[in-house]
Amino acid sequence: MTWTLFELLLQASLMTIFVSVTSILLGLAFAIGLSAMRMSGIGPLVWFARIFISFFRGVPLLVQLLLIFNLLPAIGISLSSLATALIGLSLCTAAYQAENLRGGFEGVPRGLIESAEMAGLSPVQSFIWIRTPIALRLTFPALVNEAILILKSSSLVSVVGMIELTKMAQNLAASTYMPLPIFASAGLIYLAINWIVAIAGRRAEAALPGLPAK
Amino acid sequence: MTQPAISVRNVSKRFGETLVLKDINLEVPRGQVSCLIGPSGSGKSTLLRCMAFLEEASAGMIEIEGEPLGFSEKDGKRRRQTAAELRRTRSKIGMVFQQFNLWPHMTALGNVSMALRRVRGLSRKDAEERAMAQLVKVGLEARAGHYPSQLSGGQQQRVAIARALALDPTIMLFDEPTSALDPELTGEVLNVMRALADEGMTMVVVTHEIGFAASVGNNVCFLDHGQLLFHDTPEAVFAAPRHPRLEQFLDTYLDRGAQMLR
Ligand SMILES: Nc1ncnc2c1ncn2[C@@H]1O[C@H](COP(=O)(O)OP(=O)(O)O)[C@@H](O)[C@H]1O
Ligand SMILES: [Mg+2]
Repeated sequence: MTWTLFELLLQASLMTIFVSVTSILLGLAFAIGLSAMRMSGIGPLVWFARIFISFFRGVPLLVQLLLIFNLLPAIGISLSSLATALIGLSLCTAAYQAENLRGGFEGVPRGLIESAEMAGLSPVQSFIWIRTPIALRLTFPALVNEAILILKSSSLVSVVGMIELTKMAQNLAASTYMPLPIFASAGLIYLAINWIVAIAGRRAEAALPGLPAK
Repeated sequence: MTQPAISVRNVSKRFGETLVLKDINLEVPRGQVSCLIGPSGSGKSTLLRCMAFLEEASAGMIEIEGEPLGFSEKDGKRRRQTAAELRRTRSKIGMVFQQFNLWPHMTALGNVSMALRRVRGLSRKDAEERAMAQLVKVGLEARAGHYPSQLSGGQQQRVAIARALALDPTIMLFDEPTSALDPELTGEVLNVMRALADEGMTMVVVTHEIGFAASVGNNVCFLDHGQLLFHDTPEAVFAAPRHPRLEQFLDTYLDRGAQMLR
């Protein structure tokens, strides 16, 4: 195991981090949109959100990625590996995050929504400025958890041609015949990243201003 | 007679099978403090919430300064108002809740300036300036940057009052504003309310603070089992001989205020 090999792994881990962070943020935005649809009371939107969420939670991510990778070109859309990976990961995490957020939105005390109503906020304004921030705070630990899961799941995007940490480790192991030190290093890098995410998450949680009293 | 601030006409409210408000008729005069008293579960909160359309009356009409609230009436039929109509009528009303209901993710200043920015469209600077003026009024300018969780109950309730006042309501509704507070913190909130009353604000106050009702109230309404048993000046209501139901009620709420009347 040489420094050069380790450097290659570190470089590949930047791709892992980029894909994961982008997917988590995109997924969060989608999840908020899905929550809005589910709570809109508008039949077709409610059903779309429900079907979307149960599909992406029920089908393995690997299958989803392969589906997107093969389906889109079949209907004439050609996307890069990166785009396919980002779409697959963010749609998948959106479904899980929407499910987490459901509990958060249900946990927003009714009185806080009523005080927004009395202040003249429209339902949309109340959703944006009151309900979503509170729901996010209530479910913040679940969000950190999801970020860690996505960081690990991102290893699957190699099936659509992405070279991230796991794929790089596989390539190097095959070409150098040193699988053990290389996979051990890759594992340590994952561990270090997730450790930082967990600590940063705990710090951020402690710094978030007060949650509604239960 | 001038037009009342709020007029409640033949309002009934049922939750499922139970009739919680029974044909209430009430006129809330402008510039006065009307206190709503009565035993727990008698329907005080429900009536107050109907006056803000947070609860829809099952029958009857409520008018705010002559404008129908929530429903409009045409050919004897009630029609639900549009969201915009409702918001316009409601903008005359400020509401203060028992549980304060401050938004926990915003500072005191954020809570008070929120609607000024997002609803009234003021710039951040203007909104915060006006919000700060309201915080000064309730004596909390030094706490502007604090989050609700960093404030005492009494301070939170004063911020909630400032938040309602910032929108220039002509009517303020209070639902047991001091009931969630430790006894030593009720005074600061009642003082703010007293000052507001002195300025001539129209106020409807659901309260168990009989002392406040007797000393600040211009009218006292006594609600019992969903019925408005009587509505008069505090002098008349509390003068002996009292209505037997009121007598019973005062016996059960022998708080400091009620004792004062003995
Ligand atoms: N949302 C609701 N659903 C069903 N019953 C309710 C609801 N709100 C209030 N009630 C009932 O209506 C009655 C009056 O309640 P409320 O107006 O809160 O009384 P008060 O404020 O005088 O204590 C009570 O019996 C209460 O249980
Ligand atoms: Mg009540």
